[in-house]
Amino acid sequence: MGTERISIILVSEDREDLQMAGMIASVGAVSGNEVTVLVSMNALKYFLKGADDKAPAAGQMGEMLERKKAPSFKTLFEQAAELGDARIHPCSMAMDVLGVEWRDLETFMKEPLGLTKFLDDAKGGQVWSF
Amino acid sequence: MMGEKRKIDARGSFCPGPLMELIAGMKAANVGDELEVLSTDKGSAADIPEWVKKVGHEILATTEENGVWHITVRKAK
Repeated sequence: MGTERISIILVSEDREDLQMAGMIASVGAVSGNEVTVLVSMNALKYFLKGADDKAPAAGQMGEMLERKKAPSFKTLFEQAAELGDARIHPCSMAMDVLGVEWRDLETFMKEPLGLTKFLDDAKGGQVWSF
Repeated sequence: MMGEKRKIDARGSFCPGPLMELIAGMKAANVGDELEVLSTDKGSAADIPEWVKKVGHEILATTEENGVWHITVRKAK
């Protein structure tokens, strides 16, 4: 089984982007790949403890995802971490700007990560951004 | 040794919901157990066997009846 390194940069607040990123993170992680997600910019607010996942649809698909029984993107990221050992990190810069601490985030979130470490870890693997 | 048989009803759930439900079931299952996933999502019917092949479990059967796919998997390791 080939293991690849998959690094995902998540910055969007739109449902369609969040959903696709969550799908890649969860399926990638449960298929034996090393998945790391860096959550930054407008995406970080959804990962605060207890925050809801009511993201703007962004388009027709986003609306349909909400109406139909698609798994919520937060569930997908949680499954990526719990079932596939994906490492989901908040971006330390975004945390400073938002004025939040690690303890304010969902329990499946790993320690805050800076770009230097993220880019170094991403070397030689797949990088996806949403 | 005969493993246990379990059914996972993921009807109505969209990709990758049925796959994730199968994986959660696989984690809790023992080697040799058979898990049958019921899915109405056509994409999952193609994607689940791909996952099973990649991680090295065994597909026992894939059938479709009235828009419901039945995918039976044996936990191999």
